[in-house]
Amino acid sequence: MKELKLEMRDISLEFPGVKALSNVNFDLTGGKIHALIGANGAGKSTLMKVLAGANAHYTGQVFVDGDLVEIRSPKNAKDLGIEIVYQEVDTALIPYLTVAENVMFDVIVNNMGKKQLINWSEVKRTAKKTLDKLNVKLDVNKIVSELTLAQKQMVLIARCVVEKCRLLILDEPTAPLSNSETEELFRIVRELAKEGVAVVFISHRLNELFEICETITVMRDGKVVKDMPITPELQTKEIVELMLGRKFDDNYNKKQVEIGETLLEVNGLTEAEGRVKNINMTVRRGEIVGIAGLVGAGKTELCKTLFAAFKQSGGTVKMKGKTIKYKNPNAAVKQGFALVPEERRKEGVLITDPVYSNISVAAMKKYTGFLSVVNRKKEKKDACQMITDLGIKTPSENQTVALLSGGNQQKVVLGKWLNSESEIYIFDEPTKGIDVGAKRDMYDLIERLVEQGKGVIYASCEFQEILTIADRVYVMYDGQITKELNVADTDEKELLYLSTGGN
Amino acid sequence: MSGKTLSANNNAGGKKVMEFITKWGTLLTILLLFIVFTFGNWNKATNSSIFLTGNNMITILRSISITAIIAIGLTFSLAVNGMDLSIGATANFADFLIMTMFVWYNINMGVSIFLTLIICLVVAFINCILIVKLRIPDMVATLSVMFMFQGVAMTYSNGGAITERMVRPNGEASKGLVPAAFRAMGKEPWLIIIMLAVVAFAFFFLNYTKHGRYMYAVGGNPEAARLSGIPVNKYKILAYFLSSIFAALGGVFIAARVGTAQVNAGAAYLMPAVAAAYIGFSVAGAGKPNAIGTLAGAVLVGLLENGLIMMSVPYFAMDIVKGGVLAIALALTYSQKKNN
Repeated sequence: MKELKLEMRDISLEFPGVKALSNVNFDLTGGKIHALIGANGAGKSTLMKVLAGANAHYTGQVFVDGDLVEIRSPKNAKDLGIEIVYQEVDTALIPYLTVAENVMFDVIVNNMGKKQLINWSEVKRTAKKTLDKLNVKLDVNKIVSELTLAQKQMVLIARCVVEKCRLLILDEPTAPLSNSETEELFRIVRELAKEGVAVVFISHRLNELFEICETITVMRDGKVVKDMPITPELQTKEIVELMLGRKFDDNYNKKQVEIGETLLEVNGLTEAEGRVKNINMTVRRGEIVGIAGLVGAGKTELCKTLFAAFKQSGGTVKMKGKTIKYKNPNAAVKQGFALVPEERRKEGVLITDPVYSNISVAAMKKYTGFLSVVNRKKEKKDACQMITDLGIKTPSENQTVALLSGGNQQKVVLGKWLNSESEIYIFDEPTKGIDVGAKRDMYDLIERLVEQGKGVIYASCEFQEILTIADRVYVMYDGQITKELNVADTDEKELLYLSTGGN
Repeated sequence: MSGKTLSANNNAGGKKVMEFITKWGTLLTILLLFIVFTFGNWNKATNSSIFLTGNNMITILRSISITAIIAIGLTFSLAVNGMDLSIGATANFADFLIMTMFVWYNINMGVSIFLTLIICLVVAFINCILIVKLRIPDMVATLSVMFMFQGVAMTYSNGGAITERMVRPNGEASKGLVPAAFRAMGKEPWLIIIMLAVVAFAFFFLNYTKHGRYMYAVGGNPEAARLSGIPVNKYKILAYFLSSIFAALGGVFIAARVGTAQVNAGAAYLMPAVAAAYIGFSVAGAGKPNAIGTLAGAVLVGLLENGLIMMSVPYFAMDIVKGGVLAIALALTYSQKKNN
């Protein structure tokens, strides 16, 4: 295959009220793995969607091998050999079909021509051949809904390379993967690059990019700010500064907060389907307790069981020394729990509702009087206060949450719970998909909570974050807490060792 | 993905026009229909329109009243992103219940109305068990309940209509009469006043109380609502109960208006009510089920029916128009959703 040479010139794109891309130039060559990085809302995904034909109304020119091409639909993109794997793998897969059918989906949809009948044995054979080529061991007859997230991603990558693929775009592919799964993905990506495929790798994890990519493009505010090769001398700090457009001090100094009496005491907590078992933990006033574990270790399940979003089947929970019983999230909120869930868009915010009603939704009692009538004036006033307090970037309190960036949506979720005046704040992967600047804001806000004497549970697979912000950490493995450590006495290596099953 | 081939500029202009149409299309259509029917039904002899008369306006209001009451009930179930196809059957059941209470058992008016509404809550109860407890998709669950209660009403009445002085299966003539006060409820001004009160209640409830806010939250994103501490199932149950109670109220007014219970009289209201509530989505750009929109939807449907009858479109062709109007309303609503 001839090596791809792709040039994007003067690409601009506007959404109602937002200039998403302005005069972007971007080059790619076959056989190279190219990193694309930027804070949230910088335009990375938007730019890649132009290539994938999902942002059809771009202006500017795209050249492939020197010829001007129009990419106005996903079909155009596929015909050019451009394939994209979006972050949410589930949206691209059909869960109740087999691996073979999902791998061969594009072929079945687009390349049947006049043929009306599907040759199943050939579909399976080709799917198997493609997976073998990628060295992925998967039964092609398996139903996709039974696969792990990493396996689903492999299926999608296989789908991309069934036919001629000249450019593969991976949008945050490693975010949900464990370390060994990430290694596996890297191996496949390297192999594809060796065959002459150009790969674009979008990620927030700089270390990863340094490991696998050869060149890096940094974007900010819809523009490309820097395009350079990755050399051993290149430093994380330098790139972070380019992303933020300002100096960045990566040594975050945790404030010292006095730790008070025990607020929450959990003994032998077990989830009904056994997803978390025999959990013992305590949280004191003013304390940030980390839950460290790899993806799939049961952190989210623990958070949801504590919040009674998953059914508790055993154990006791004591709040301020008193045993409490609560059967659903509604009751949990009344007991003083607040959950900032991992799946922000799906579970955290009411995405189509305005900011103000998102902030008030868990605290409606404050705003209702006779006949449960809502005092909208007070509601909006408090929302405005919260917007200034948390530094939420929004044109007004009436803005639909869907139009805010990830970090700001997260702040809205936090605002909701601050408003409800809870005692125990549970954060499940709070920095997932938010940029470095927003991450610092998040830390600040969490510290403000503990200063007020609240208790915080901070679950994350980013061990560096836990070491930065937490006082104490519980390590989870396979649905159980395997170790309790003081943050001051441990390091990333030990956490990683313990959370991969070491003792 | 509208207008792939259009340039960015054209697209923006087109979008504005589209936005205006989705926002105000319903009201414009009502206005347009009004004008068309006024001049379409011109009587040359008197040089006036037989459509635009005080009497006819009242007739229209009266005919939309029952549709509007039933559609308001549906609006609640739509607000939690549910669907209730059993409303027509519920109205029908209520119609039979109250007529038999008068004609067969001679129960007084207040008690009859109260009992009818209470008994009809059985429908909501079954709906909730199927949808909330057994997690059957709302559309098919309420479809099966619709058939059940069509059958229940028929079985109860022995398959016939209920009229004053009817002969009961055991050979006795019924002695009970329909109270005059009850018949008055089915005429102007009472029917219209009650309809407006129902709309006002729903408007207040959905827009100004926390319960309304919660219902929309449940409808918009049930998982986020649940994790915010909203008792999602309780609000779904409340929505289906409101849906059934307003359907039953609609059925009571069918009885009051007609004075008899005809076989499957309530079923005819299902389609116009669904149409009214869905047309209501797009009114003034609300983008979600709402009381005022539902009223506007009911006006549109009622106006169409009245005007077309006057223009001597045969009654059996009316369904074509009604179905078409619903399709257009849905098209407007969903094209708006996609733009968001």
